Amino acid sequence: MAEKKVIDARGSFCPGPLMELIGWIKLADIGDELELLSSDKGSAEDVPEWVKKVGHEYLGSREEAGVWHIMVKKTK
Amino acid sequence: MEPSKISIVVVSGSLERLQMAAMVASVGAVSGNDVRVFLSMNALAYFVKGSDAAPPAEGAFGELMAGKKVPGFRSLIENAVELGDAKVYPCSMAMDVMAIESSALPSYFGPPLGLTKFLDDARDTQVFTF
Repeated sequence: MAEKKVIDARGSFCPGPLMELIGWIKLADIGDELELLSSDKGSAEDVPEWVKKVGHEYLGSREEAGVWHIMVKKTK
Repeated sequence: MEPSKISIVVVSGSLERLQMAAMVASVGAVSGNDVRVFLSMNALAYFVKGSDAAPPAEGAFGELMAGKKVPGFRSLIENAVELGDAKVYPCSMAMDVMAIESSALPSYFGPPLGLTKFLDDARDTQVFTF
């Protein structure tokens, strides 16, 4: 059964949040959803680009009080 | 889009240049590019096992960065290898000059490489020099 994992990368600067996400994606199963929390604005723009480039599914982002919640589904 | 081949030459021992080189290596590698990093001269000493010396900042940005939660250049290079299959090679000339043995370098490093081989491998790649 697909799981949802929250990755807290708040406080880290680029490319820290991306590296944390990738580390967890490697451990996840196909179909799992990951929610990355990042306070780095650059990462909020960069991470979706990476997700689309490598072929996972970008489920969307939202900002709440200076924290970006970036949702990703592992597809391969 | 075809993956690119990226060759990164790092000779500087300044914080900003080591950091940018490590950022290009890690992000390039995890984005599916074929990344090769060649470490020489002032850069190589910062990767000797047991060395946690902080390289000097080149300017104001480096000083500012030192106080922030920026991922360290050593861990980014390791990320490039472990998460993105980048290849990292120490320069054989720098190893000879500094009398560094391969055993003194991280296990994720490849074998020492000379310029002839590196330049041959770097043909038709994007080359970044720091």
